[in-house]
Amino acid sequence: MIFINIKKHLDTAEGALEAHYELNINDGEFLTLFGPSGAGKTTLMRMIAGLETPDSGTIEVDGEVWFNSTKKINLPPQKRSIGFVFQDYALFPTMSVRENLLFAADNAQQRSNVDELIELVELSQLSSRLPASLSGGQKQRVALARALVRHPKILLLDEPLSALDPSMRQKLQDELALIHKRLKVTTLLVSHDIAETVKLSDRLASVVSGSIERLCAPMEFFSPQTLSGKLQLIGEVLKIEKDFPAVIVTLLVGSSVVRTVLSSSEASELSVGGRAIISTKAFNPILIPLH
Amino acid sequence: MESEFLTTMALTFKLAAITTIILLIIGIPLASFLVFSKMRFKSILETIVSMPLVLPPSVLGFYLLLAFSPASAIGSFLTEHGIRLAFSFEGLVIGSVLFSLPFMVHPIQSALSQVPFSIFEASYTLGKSKIETMVRVILPSIRHGLISGIVLAFAHTVGEFGVILMIGGNIPDETRVASIAIYDEVESLNYAMAHQYALTLFVVTFSILLLVYTLNKKSLGGIR
Repeated sequence: MIFINIKKHLDTAEGALEAHYELNINDGEFLTLFGPSGAGKTTLMRMIAGLETPDSGTIEVDGEVWFNSTKKINLPPQKRSIGFVFQDYALFPTMSVRENLLFAADNAQQRSNVDELIELVELSQLSSRLPASLSGGQKQRVALARALVRHPKILLLDEPLSALDPSMRQKLQDELALIHKRLKVTTLLVSHDIAETVKLSDRLASVVSGSIERLCAPMEFFSPQTLSGKLQLIGEVLKIEKDFPAVIVTLLVGSSVVRTVLSSSEASELSVGGRAIISTKAFNPILIPLH
Repeated sequence: MESEFLTTMALTFKLAAITTIILLIIGIPLASFLVFSKMRFKSILETIVSMPLVLPPSVLGFYLLLAFSPASAIGSFLTEHGIRLAFSFEGLVIGSVLFSLPFMVHPIQSALSQVPFSIFEASYTLGKSKIETMVRVILPSIRHGLISGIVLAFAHTVGEFGVILMIGGNIPDETRVASIAIYDEVESLNYAMAHQYALTLFVVTFSILLLVYTLNKKSLGGIR
């Protein structure tokens, strides 16, 4: 179990903020920090890693105190059992894929696991390549494998897929889910991608201006109980076209584009870039398998 | 005459080599400090490091000479301990280190500032200390900056004239380096000897630079 209760003064683009995070993470859980940028998700993650220092509070992991302001305990990142995947991957440019992983290993056992991890992320063919010659998705896999070499108690993923194109993103989401299922490492993900969050996480912590507003299952968060639709999809509004008297709204659902017709009053609350739930009632969906 | 030529050339390259090694040892921590420190007096230090770029060598040489003289506080302290820096090889080393400082620090500083901070942090999260991170991750990835620093500092020390003339004078096998010897030979209208020094300096420095830049380009080819 991981217990977090920390406070920190943050200077964000929207002004100063007194952040207070209270969060318990279960063993083996996949928890996503979801919320707008500037809410302090990355800061929370960096404080868990020891890369930033909270002003006060405690961080305790499996009975081991990582941070305690009253007892003046603050373990450096080197002493914390973490795996951190950075947004820019942070691969070591002069080391090959394999050397990047070997660098992380502390003992013979971890070194012997390196090849297994390279295989797990499907990089066996590229293990002697330098990071500069890899694609974004491949770099991401190296960063993930490297973060797993030391068998961390917690894997911290800071928007790891945000720089990738949608198809690569989906593929890596699947892989991430698979790896999590295989290794059962407690994982904390920072994301603002709905599909990613729903697909991967056991629970979602909604972070809004420096505090955790809600902690629940992802579907509970994105698909409120008030609607009793039989089919619910969540999409992002791409385009709103006025075609009097109706309005045509184009949404992105997953990787498919959906168009729907609304009355102007129904569409009045929608805005481009916003999220919306598409819900239909009283019909039997037809599912046709694709080959 | 021939042996004098050889001792002078040997002294020149010995001075450059020692200066470069000392500069490399102090240049890396100094450049790291200038890149990563958030201290207020940082810009003062930055200015001092860059001063030799614009200051006439004779100014630095003059003040060093004053400092080294037994009449000054530093000089009298050193004399009491049996150290004589004015008109000695050790004094030349100190003068050259100060005068070539920016040529070592600036390339390292600029290479370091291009390393994303997440690279450092990634290494820390993988359990590696600051020193291990520096030696195994950062220095290899800024090696082009290190090589530029070494080459520039070495070449600049070989070519140094003003500071050496002020604090070293022209003592054979002690402070008489090639650039001084050229001046001296020309003064005494001994053009053949001056030419021998000049051409040697030209060829040697050209070869060193050419070799290093070729190697540097090759080693960078793999990752660029």
